[in-house]
Amino acid sequence: MDGVRYTGVPSAEELRNCPGIPSEGRKKKGRVACVECVQEIPCNPCEGICPFHAITVGEQITALPRLQEEVCTGCGLCVANCPGLAITIVDKSLSETEGSVDFPFEYLPLPGKGDVVQAVNREGQVVCRGTVLSVKKPASYSGTAVVSLRVPLEYVDEVRSMKRLPRTGLKQEG
Amino acid sequence: MKIKQTDIAVVGAGSAGLSAAYQAAAAGARVLVLDENRLPGGQLFKQIHKFFGSRAHQAGTRGYMIGRQLLERVESSGAEVWLDTLVYGMEKNCHLGVIHNGEHWVVQAKKVIVATGAKENCLAFPGSTLPGVMGAGAAQTMINVNRVLPGQRILMLGSGNVGLIVSYQLMQAGADVVALVDAAPNIGGYGVHAGKIRRAGVPFYISHTIKRVTGRDQVEQVEIVQVDGKFQPIPGTEKTFDVDTVCLAVGLNPMTELIWMAGCEFCFIPAFGGHVPLHDGNMETSVPGLYVAGDVTGVEEASSAMEEGNLAGVAAAESLGLLSPAEAGAKKAEIRGRLDILRSGLFGEKRRTAKQSQLESMADYRQKKGGAE
Repeated sequence: MDGVRYTGVPSAEELRNCPGIPSEGRKKKGRVACVECVQEIPCNPCEGICPFHAITVGEQITALPRLQEEVCTGCGLCVANCPGLAITIVDKSLSETEGSVDFPFEYLPLPGKGDVVQAVNREGQVVCRGTVLSVKKPASYSGTAVVSLRVPLEYVDEVRSMKRLPRTGLKQEG
Repeated sequence: MKIKQTDIAVVGAGSAGLSAAYQAAAAGARVLVLDENRLPGGQLFKQIHKFFGSRAHQAGTRGYMIGRQLLERVESSGAEVWLDTLVYGMEKNCHLGVIHNGEHWVVQAKKVIVATGAKENCLAFPGSTLPGVMGAGAAQTMINVNRVLPGQRILMLGSGNVGLIVSYQLMQAGADVVALVDAAPNIGGYGVHAGKIRRAGVPFYISHTIKRVTGRDQVEQVEIVQVDGKFQPIPGTEKTFDVDTVCLAVGLNPMTELIWMAGCEFCFIPAFGGHVPLHDGNMETSVPGLYVAGDVTGVEEASSAMEEGNLAGVAAAESLGLLSPAEAGAKKAEIRGRLDILRSGLFGEKRRTAKQSQLESMADYRQKKGGAE
């Protein structure tokens, strides 16, 4: 059986019908939010955090978030604020062959800028290598780090996280 | 034996109890909160993930942060909190038998709010008594409260939100989750929670259950088997994993012992975890002056528990004359509106209809009782 209810991964059809996914044309123009929220659950922090009102849930908070792709600047505030970790920032404008994916990452240790890591898809399979462009973890993200990875263009729609790093040598925080 | 008199006694200092205590104390009631744990907060302080819900419910805020804020509000409201305190019994007149600081107390309150929460269900299978088989909630307490990892290689049974969230948190704490297993033909919890642990590479086995756990002195291996549409094992589909821990996230049931003692009327609602007390829209049970809130009224989640606590606190204060009907009515309407939102959508609908039938059973009971008198 296909679909998020059976596999934990949204099916191609669920993603096609999802009102939070930007168009191919918009992704080629530069950074934009990709809101992969395909189940009606009562949740709306994405709507409130967006400074540009590019994401709308509405009065009925079980409605799926709707992205206004032309209004979205790709600032990424929603990525760290989505409790479902269901939002990424995708960008297919880096070069002829490369794009980027920013995703939430809540495992220690964090990668460092410039590191080459194993990029994984929605199923957790390693699909390619990615170079870390940045790791952001300001206090306002409340513990969630956002990792930006440069990946080959053909993997921008697939990469949604990275493989956890070994915990050897991990220093205790605090 | 000592006697303590107060306006409102709240049993349980978790999401619902603290919310009730705050509302009642803020309205001017003398409030005493009793909890058997050494720390207040119930399950809230174990919840290190960001909560769902609306912004009105502080969605996007991590559970333990919500707990801290709630606790601060309770402390500044003037409510008295007795921790490490056992409430072992309740008389028909709602007087509570309490052991506090090694002494026996009788707490006599004008109104009692019971917010005792729920406890984890167990499951029996060959090997289920081996050390290393534990409730998912117990594993969560170990990692998030006591900072102890229960094991390195873990198999989780149950794909409801508890199973999904605790799997994620076990990986954050440094363990590997080798598989997530559920006998149901679909994932029980939110897709986004499932998505997090899929991205971490955890395989899901739906329509599977545990056949047995083996090991000499502790868990060493677990064997799972596929089940058919009638939940019967399909021979030849067994798979074995080397693990040191098996977590069971197979539901919760309300901790209703105290309110049974008081003589409350109950109904049986499987969606709420079993027998639950009848209560009205003010959270008052069939025993006048005895209120309930949170998972003890039917297992839901933290945000609903807080709102039910708010409702019980306001209603109890109103019944003591501390809030006018107009003031209380406005507060209650607001709270009920938020509860309706929490009980909507794909996952909330079942809870909404369950709560509806519980309220209707209470109305029927009162009508019959009224007719008999």
